[in-house]
Amino acid sequence: MPTIVVEVMPKAELLDPQGKAVAGALARLGKTRFTSVRIGKRFEVTVDGAVDDALLDEVRALAEEMFSNSVIEDVVSVEVIGSVNH
Amino acid sequence: MRIGVITFPGSLDDRDAQRAVRISGATPVALWHGDHDLQGVDAVILPGGFAYGDYLRAGAIASYAPIMAEVIDAANKGVPVLGICNGFQMLAEARLVPGAHTRNAHQQFIRRDQRLRVENATTDWTNAFETNDEIIIPMKNADGRFVADSETLARIEGQGQVVFRYLDVNPNGSLNDIAGVSNERGNVVALMPHPEHATEPGFGPDTPEAMSSGIDGLKFFESALRVLATV
Repeated sequence: MPTIVVEVMPKAELLDPQGKAVAGALARLGKTRFTSVRIGKRFEVTVDGAVDDALLDEVRALAEEMFSNSVIEDVVSVEVIGSVNH
Repeated sequence: MRIGVITFPGSLDDRDAQRAVRISGATPVALWHGDHDLQGVDAVILPGGFAYGDYLRAGAIASYAPIMAEVIDAANKGVPVLGICNGFQMLAEARLVPGAHTRNAHQQFIRRDQRLRVENATTDWTNAFETNDEIIIPMKNADGRFVADSETLARIEGQGQVVFRYLDVNPNGSLNDIAGVSNERGNVVALMPHPEHATEPGFGPDTPEAMSSGIDGLKFFESALRVLATV
């Protein structure tokens, strides 16, 4: 079955406390090459049947309105994977 | 006067809100998230808790609950609506009040008796206060950091939609120390602290006068009753 993958990230200008906590842990491990970490979300939406443009548009709209909150997050990608029989 | 309190799966403070309504002299009406029915109540409260496990984002899935269609409709018609903590997050997710919430800046859950300043004493839930009143209301949250873009912040500051501001300390990193906001009309008010926990002597926040004596939350409910008495 095809799957539509939506990726959402916290807005760059906003504090991302979770990412900051992970970056702090990396620093304590001596991993000095990594300057920051930001944590986002990945949604895998499994689809019954083939994905057409209308369905993809529907998921794009859902990504903007429900999967993300535009006050604090950006949708960074919406793409189809596994559209060939599997 | 009948004030509805909506229970969602994961609501924690619905009973406390009902109790506060009763103490203020109104009749509490238990409403259920899954119904499309406000039972003709005069005002609506969205209580604190972790509705739908706060999955996706705090308040996000709750903002799509069946009863929210009726809440949004009532709010747009001018019915007084109060969102407390998780209820604030739901109203923000439903776009009935501006802004959004992220995890507290210090990543920790907080619980404290918080001093607040009443910035706008003309809303449906604050008209029993005077502007600049300083009050003590308990708060407890993990995702309480109020954020909005700079344009929105300037607009709500300019239009008096910032209703409460944190005093002494900013407990969660909220922008401009904002603890509560309203819609433009002032019938929808939402805040992170819990006024329903400050309505009965002996069970409220500590005050300089005595332990557990704080009842500053009563005026929230009395404000709504004043509005309803004039309708």
